[in-house]
Amino acid sequence: MTFRRPFRLRLPRGLRVRLVAAFLFAAAFGALLTAGLTFQQARSAILDRTQEAAVADLRAQLDSLAPGLPFPPSTQGLRDLALQLDRAGGAHTWHSAAAYQDGPLVSAAPTAPPVPQTLRETTQDGAAAAYQRIEHEGRPWLVLAMPVSYAGASASASGDSGAMSRAPSGLTVYAALPLDEDEADIAALRTAAQAGAVPALALALVPALFAARRVLRPVRRLHGGAERITAGELDTRLDAEGHDELADLTRTFNTMATALQRDDAELRRMEASARRFAADVAHELRTPLAAMTAVTGVLDEDADSGALPPDTADAVRLISDETRTLARMVEDLMEVSRFDARTAPLRAEDVDLRTLVSKTLRLRGWDAGEHVTVDLAGPVPVHADPRRVDVILANLVGNALRHGSPPVTVRVRAEGERAVLTVTDHGPGIPAHAVSHVFDRFYKADTARARSEGSGLGLALAHENALLHDGTLTAANAPGAGAVFTLTLALATPPARESR
Amino acid sequence: MPRVLLIEDDLAVQKGVTLALKRRGHAVEVAGSGETGLLALERHRPDLVLLDLMLPGMSGLEVCRRIRESKQIPIIIMSARGDDIDMVVGLEVGADDYIVKPASDEVLEARIKAVLRRVAPAQDGSAQAAPAQPGAERHGALTVDRTALIVTRDGAELALAPSELKLLLFLSAAPGQVYSRQQLLEQVWEHSFYGDARLVDACVMRLRAKIENDPRAPVYVMTVRGFGYRFGPLA
Repeated sequence: MTFRRPFRLRLPRGLRVRLVAAFLFAAAFGALLTAGLTFQQARSAILDRTQEAAVADLRAQLDSLAPGLPFPPSTQGLRDLALQLDRAGGAHTWHSAAAYQDGPLVSAAPTAPPVPQTLRETTQDGAAAAYQRIEHEGRPWLVLAMPVSYAGASASASGDSGAMSRAPSGLTVYAALPLDEDEADIAALRTAAQAGAVPALALALVPALFAARRVLRPVRRLHGGAERITAGELDTRLDAEGHDELADLTRTFNTMATALQRDDAELRRMEASARRFAADVAHELRTPLAAMTAVTGVLDEDADSGALPPDTADAVRLISDETRTLARMVEDLMEVSRFDARTAPLRAEDVDLRTLVSKTLRLRGWDAGEHVTVDLAGPVPVHADPRRVDVILANLVGNALRHGSPPVTVRVRAEGERAVLTVTDHGPGIPAHAVSHVFDRFYKADTARARSEGSGLGLALAHENALLHDGTLTAANAPGAGAVFTLTLALATPPARESR
Repeated sequence: MPRVLLIEDDLAVQKGVTLALKRRGHAVEVAGSGETGLLALERHRPDLVLLDLMLPGMSGLEVCRRIRESKQIPIIIMSARGDDIDMVVGLEVGADDYIVKPASDEVLEARIKAVLRRVAPAQDGSAQAAPAQPGAERHGALTVDRTALIVTRDGAELALAPSELKLLLFLSAAPGQVYSRQQLLEQVWEHSFYGDARLVDACVMRLRAKIENDPRAPVYVMTVRGFGYRFGPLA
C-alpha cells in the first residue's frame, strides 16, 4: 500500500478488504436478525403481560362494582361507575368509560378516553372482552372493552369461560391505559439490542481479519514465489498445506516452477553446447592455421618474385591473403567465445586515453597521412586494459576507413565523470535500419555488398570490450553525414582534481 | 646462421615453421616430443629453442624447466591464446618470450631476432658509439660488465637468462629512472606498446630471485606502484 497515490474516492479492491467486508456484512446480517427477532418477542411479551394484568384488574373491579349498578343504568350511574373504576385503578392509571347498548360513552373525566369505533363494533354483539392498541395524541394506548353480562343472579364479567349461561347486559366498560412505561421498556430493549449489535460487529472484525489472514497468507506466498521466479530464482518452491483450492493452486505453481526450471536448464545446456561447439571449432582450426600462417610470408615472397606463372602467382597471393583473414576470424571467434564464457580477463591499469589513441594509430600506420586526424585536448586518465582499448580503437577506426570516407576524426575529451572518445567519418552514414544492429555479430548493413576484409566480429568485440570496462559504445549518424561511434569510460580521476 | 631447435608435435606446423625459418636463413632442427627435444639440445647446441607448450608425454612446461636447470639459452614458447595459465607458468619457469599461434613468419622472425639480440637496441648503438665504460660497474654487491655481458654477485657469476640479463642491463644503465611496463616491453622485448605486461612482471620476479638477497624486499629492481620499475638507486 502506498500513500503517495493521489487521494481518490474509490472502492477498495484489495482481497483483504473484500473478505473483511463480506465477513462483516454476514455478521451484521446475523446480529440484526437476532436482535430484531429478540426485540419482537420481548416486545410482545411485555405488552401481553401488561394487557393480561389490565384485563384481570378490570374484571376484578367490575366484579365488585357492577352488582351495585341499577339497571338499566342512567347516565349518572355510568359516570359513577367510571369514576369508581378510575379511582380503583390501582397500579393502572387508566381512563375508563362506560356505555349502555348504543348509547354514548360516559366517562368520569371531562374528556372521554380514546375508544376507536372498530373496538365498539367488535364488542357490540359479542360477549368476549376485546382490546386494541392505538396511537392517540402521540402516545401509545391500550384500550380494553369488557361487556358486562349476567350470570344467573349475579353479574359477572364476560371474560369468564362460557361454562355458565350468559346473557349480555348491554353494558360495556372501556378502559384506556397509556403504555408509556412499557414503551420506555421497549425503547430500552431496542437500545440494548443496538448496543449489543455494534460491539458484536466490532468483535466480528477480529475473526474477519483472522480469516482474511488465513486466506491471504497463501496468496501472499504465491505472490512472493511468482516474484522470485520472475527474478530468476527458478528453484523457488512453496509449501502447500491443506487441501483447499489455494493449496491446489500452490501445488500447480510448484509444478509450473519445476517445468520452467527444467526448460530453462535445457535451453541453457543447448546454448552452452552451441557456444562450446563454436569455441571447439575455432580451437581445432588453429593448428592447421598455425602451419598455414607460418608460410604466408614465403608465399608472398614467391608470388612477388616473378618466377611463377601469373595465374599461379595470383592464386598463391589469394591463398596467402585469405589465410590471414581466416586466422583473424578464428582469433576473433575465440575472443568472442571467451566473452560468452565470461573468461575474458580485464588487466586494467592507469593510462591516459590520449596515449592509447596515439599508440594505436602509430602501430597501424594510421598516424601518417590525411586519412585519420586526431583531436586531443587535456589529460584523459582512465583505468583500463590497454590491449582491449586498442581492440576497440582499431576496430572503430578500421571500420570507419572501410565503410566511411576519410578524413576519420578521433576525438578524445574528459566530460564530467566520463572519458568520451568519438570516431567520426565522412561517409554516407549508417543506414537507419542498421543503426541498432551494427554491434551484432556478423551483421552486414548491406547484404548485397561483398564480404569486407573484417572478420564480421570487430564491432561486436569492440562493444563487448567496452562493456567489460563498464563503459558504453554507441553508434549514430552525425548531423551532416557520416557515422559517429562514441565510447565512454569512467575517468580514473577527474582532471580538475589532478591539476590541483 | 642461427641454429633453431623447434620442439613441436604437429607435423604440419613443424613443416610450416621449418620452411619459413629456413627461408629466412636459419638452420632448423625439429624434435617431435619433449624427450627428443632435450636430447637434440645436447647434440645440436642450438642458439634458440622454439617450444610448443602442448606436447604429448613430457609437457612443454617441464621441458622449459629442464632446459633452464642447465642452460641460459633463449627460449620462446609457442602457445594458443586461451591457454593463458600455461603461458604465464612458462614465463615463470624461465621462457624469455612467447608467440601466440597462429603466428605469421614475420612475427616469428621478429621475435627470434629480438631474443637473439644480447642487449637492448637502444643501448646497442650507444655502446658501440661510446665504449666509455671499460670494466664493470658496481651496484652494491652486484657487478655488471656491459662488454663481457657478465653479472656477478659477491664475486660469483650469475646464470641469467637472456631476457633477465637484458632487463638488468637496461635498468641498471640509468639507476633511479622509472620505466613503465610498456616502455620496457618496447625497449627490452621489442614488442609493441600493447605487448603483454606479464612478460615484464614474470621476468622481474625471476631476476629478483637471482640477484636479490630477499626477493620480497628487493633493493635492486624496485616496483613503482601503479607505474612500473626502476633500478635502485642504491644508497
